[in-house]
Amino acid sequence: MPGLGTSLGRGGATTFLQDLKNSDCILIEGSNFAECHPVGFRFVMEAKARGAKIIHVDPRFTRTSALADLYVPIRSGSDIAFLGAIVNWLLQNERYFKEYVVAYTNASSIVNERFQDTEDLDGLFSGWQPGDDRADGTDAYDPSTWDFEYDEVPAAQGGGMVKVLKRDPTLQHPRSVFQILKRHFSRYSADMVESICGTPREKFLEVCELLATNSGRERTTAFAYAVGWTQHTVGVQYIRTGAILQLLLGNIGRPGGGIMALRGHANIQGATDIATLYDLLPGYLPMPSTLRKEQTLAEYLQTNTKATGWWANTPKYAVSLLKAFYGEAATAENDFCFEYLPQCTGDHSTLPTTIAMKDGVVKGYVVMGQNPAASGQNAELTRAALERLEWMVNVDSYETETASFWKREGTDPRKIATECFYIPAATILEKDGTMTNTNRLLQFHDKAVEPAGESVSDLWFIHQLGSRLRALYAASIDPKDRPVLDLTWEYPHEDERERKRGEPSVLKVMQEINGFDVQSGDQIASFTDLKSDGSTAAGGWIYSGVCPDAHTHRAKNRTGDEWTSLNWGFAWPANRRMLYNRASADPDGNPWSDRKKYVWWDDITQKWTGVDVPDFPLTKDPHVAAKPGAGGLDAHSGADPFIMQLDGRGQLFVSDELKDGPLPTHYEPLASVVENQLYTQQSSPALREWKRRDNRYNEAVDPRFPFVLTTYRITEMSGIMTRYVPWLAELQPAAFCELDPQLAVERGIRNGDWATISTALGEIEVRALVSGRMKPLRLGKGRRIHQIGVPYNYGSLGFATGDSSGDVIALSMDPNVSIHESKSLTCNIRAGRRAERRRDDADADVAQDKRTAEGESVAHGID
Amino acid sequence: MESTSGTGFFTDTTLCIGCKACEVACKQWNELPSDGFDFSGNSYDNTRTLSGTTWRHVSFVEQMNVGASTIQDRWLMMSDVCKHCTHAGCLEACPTGAIIRNEFDNVYIQPDVCNGCGYCIPSCPFGVVDLISPAGDSRHAVYNTATLREDRGDQTAMQVTGGVAGKCTLCYDRQTIGFEPACAKACPTESIQFGNVAELKATAKQRVENLQQRGVDAYLYGVDETGSVGDLNAFFLLTERPEAYNLPPRPVLPSTHQPAAYASAALAVGALALIGTAIFRRAR
Repeated sequence: MPGLGTSLGRGGATTFLQDLKNSDCILIEGSNFAECHPVGFRFVMEAKARGAKIIHVDPRFTRTSALADLYVPIRSGSDIAFLGAIVNWLLQNERYFKEYVVAYTNASSIVNERFQDTEDLDGLFSGWQPGDDRADGTDAYDPSTWDFEYDEVPAAQGGGMVKVLKRDPTLQHPRSVFQILKRHFSRYSADMVESICGTPREKFLEVCELLATNSGRERTTAFAYAVGWTQHTVGVQYIRTGAILQLLLGNIGRPGGGIMALRGHANIQGATDIATLYDLLPGYLPMPSTLRKEQTLAEYLQTNTKATGWWANTPKYAVSLLKAFYGEAATAENDFCFEYLPQCTGDHSTLPTTIAMKDGVVKGYVVMGQNPAASGQNAELTRAALERLEWMVNVDSYETETASFWKREGTDPRKIATECFYIPAATILEKDGTMTNTNRLLQFHDKAVEPAGESVSDLWFIHQLGSRLRALYAASIDPKDRPVLDLTWEYPHEDERERKRGEPSVLKVMQEINGFDVQSGDQIASFTDLKSDGSTAAGGWIYSGVCPDAHTHRAKNRTGDEWTSLNWGFAWPANRRMLYNRASADPDGNPWSDRKKYVWWDDITQKWTGVDVPDFPLTKDPHVAAKPGAGGLDAHSGADPFIMQLDGRGQLFVSDELKDGPLPTHYEPLASVVENQLYTQQSSPALREWKRRDNRYNEAVDPRFPFVLTTYRITEMSGIMTRYVPWLAELQPAAFCELDPQLAVERGIRNGDWATISTALGEIEVRALVSGRMKPLRLGKGRRIHQIGVPYNYGSLGFATGDSSGDVIALSMDPNVSIHESKSLTCNIRAGRRAERRRDDADADVAQDKRTAEGESVAHGID
Repeated sequence: MESTSGTGFFTDTTLCIGCKACEVACKQWNELPSDGFDFSGNSYDNTRTLSGTTWRHVSFVEQMNVGASTIQDRWLMMSDVCKHCTHAGCLEACPTGAIIRNEFDNVYIQPDVCNGCGYCIPSCPFGVVDLISPAGDSRHAVYNTATLREDRGDQTAMQVTGGVAGKCTLCYDRQTIGFEPACAKACPTESIQFGNVAELKATAKQRVENLQQRGVDAYLYGVDETGSVGDLNAFFLLTERPEAYNLPPRPVLPSTHQPAAYASAALAVGALALIGTAIFRRAR
């Protein structure tokens, strides 16, 4: 999310699936689009039918590769080297979209003198501080040297001098972002791609040529990625590299262009929008933190309100949110109850919290719709953590491995003290509600059938939990209980029968998220109506407009057309389908070409118009100049399309928001089979790791683990939901791994037989699928490497069962979003079942055992 | 050969992404049980074959270069189904009249008439028809929809009849209420198209032309056929020879062997008669 957020302004896909059909070329990388998003893939197929070139870059030849025009193999974990080399190729061969780059990106901004690049410091940027030098004791970057250089100019209004960015539109200044970018990636060559990524040189060059040929005024290229880019210790920087490329190619905000972030679950976008992340409040407002100076509302607003760009509006959204949370109790006098909000004191994301459970710090756990005991990383640590809890509440439609951890194979329930509660949850068809899909599109779904048995909706559970807690505190006069008691918590259902059983109204919840005028109670039509004086309330400002009046729910709209379908559902923000679409017109406001017309300036009506909701002030003339010293969007010119950003431009260089550098840099994964060929710095200096006995991980270039391991999902299986469905279970009935025939011969593994995969953390046994689709890669003139793939959907329950990949993946994280590294690991493999299984198995094949004896000695060596 | 005005499928394998939504939609709509949970090791195909309880089957054909060949790697996917032949072997062989050509010109098995004799099974040139295992057979139907419904306390739904022949009905029940078959409805890439066969053929021919212009070696299987089976009302666009997809290159109706079979039988009878006469004479 910050990969796109810092580069472009918002943490969401810049485009929508339906628009992919207008692409002239689609680069799919870090995604198995056809398998994991088969319904959205129809638009890729439509583009292909219209003559677009489809490129798939992936460690495995998948069903996506089968449909692509060009399949490009790559070593898992080396995408920044690959993409960085495309950046270099575009710059060296002057194949970038120059007018776009000069006008719409920060290429011309000058970076201050103190900045030093990874080229200067052998893999580190300036500002690196080892823990010993820092108050909190952790190694981290001080980003102050990454700042830009400024000029002092007279303010547009009110006199005095103000700071503005220093720019060189010729892009020749040696400290311009453009020149820094050029130097930063100068060693990322086709040869380097061959030796780092294992991608044949000619395939790499073919990709470069296809991207450049299919970008520019007349043509556009789209990028599509998914968790193959995110689940790395440098995941955010993967996406940054993609964003840099699309900015250089001039593809953001244009039809057939953009970056399609394919989300891993049906409602992942919605979950981040309305804030299931620990460090976010709804609408991407930061959660207050003791690590920053935000102990009062004034301090919070000071920290989080930007002088220029859209985030100048932060006070309106923050105060309206507090009004939505605390209603009448929130007044100007009491800081709108700002102090009721909990404050972050560190990283409270999933992985650190799981460790805190294991260490006895966290004592209770509510798990909803998640199954960390099977699909989590270091699943054994997770299960051990669950055993140390005092209580656990599991709300799920199925009995998951997490719900039943206390009775799993090899445990004695009598010895587990955790008090476990299981609440059966209604499935999607058994409740009303909305989901926000990968397009940022809210769509309402009606309840089709009554929930089975005693199942309840998630909303019912949360609401009841709140109501019952409030009842328990009702008599309290202790001020610390006010946050619970002052919560607005009444959402009576319209239907009497539903109301009787305590089901809250999803409509009323959405109306509150949309926002309303406090005095009149009328819905607001747009977030531009929100105020910072407490006269409006909105539970999630970015969704404002979805319920613009008492009778309208635009997520229920079902009038589609062949393209933008503005009357189908509701896309945030403001029903825009494509973000930054001002960039679909040139700086003068005219379409870049007739073929790629989308949103443009109409001289007659003096308005922006087109096939989508313009992502720009509707009447702001394209020729209006930026006003130095002015606030909000007045600080941007009429030609600055990225309205969320301070300077209104796409950020090739991100000056302060990321914890691992202003530019993406190739680092090896924490566990890698090779050394970093570009820098002495092996892996990202800023990554998070836990060196402890219960989280043993493979060190870099460990000869005991010579193979690359990657994990993924498959079409037929998503996890516990599909494992219980016989029609899906029969399609992929057992946990398996994919490996190339050469490796299979070397290890004596026969197709269909058992194979055991081991890492320093543990081992799993899976069925072997030996296929030519897995190909050994030769790293330049160097060694040949094998990659092994394992779907991570399996567990012990359901009809399609098998070991979980989580049992061989140790915990490590990216520093920006705390995402785990599950896509690029190392392992060993041998024929046969894992040791304890073989002992149990009376029918064990003796001959098979003999063959695996050699592999076993390797496995024993781990401990 | 002759064109029909009935309905059928055009399955375009160049659009298939192997998602198997057709298999699942078919089983769900027709309330067919799962066929067991066995890992085949055969690419991503764990269904293996069409059967009495699997009426759509996606086959996966891996054509991967091991060496440094210049031939492009291919992973072909194809959703197979009953062909609803113009001259259907199963229909010819059925002694009870259970297999009929219905008002949509589809080859349809009436489960309440079928006596499970199994004559239709070897008579299908494509190996499509099979007997549905009687309920309770542990090799199949490990956990089927009927038990799922039982768990949920829904007693109203009907169960698949065991012991009779089963194959694609072209979703006869859906067609009677104006719905397209479940597989075509579920297909996300329009690899499976349903409609009037004559219209589908026109579409398909255009698609072939289009692909050929782009250098794709595409052709139609089951259109303008001269063999004894005639045209297939469920036909395919292929990019490999039929055998690669496990389809017969020249499907033949078993009945075409009948004249020869009768001739040789007559010959045998004649020979036996001669021998008999000879023996009789000698004995006399």
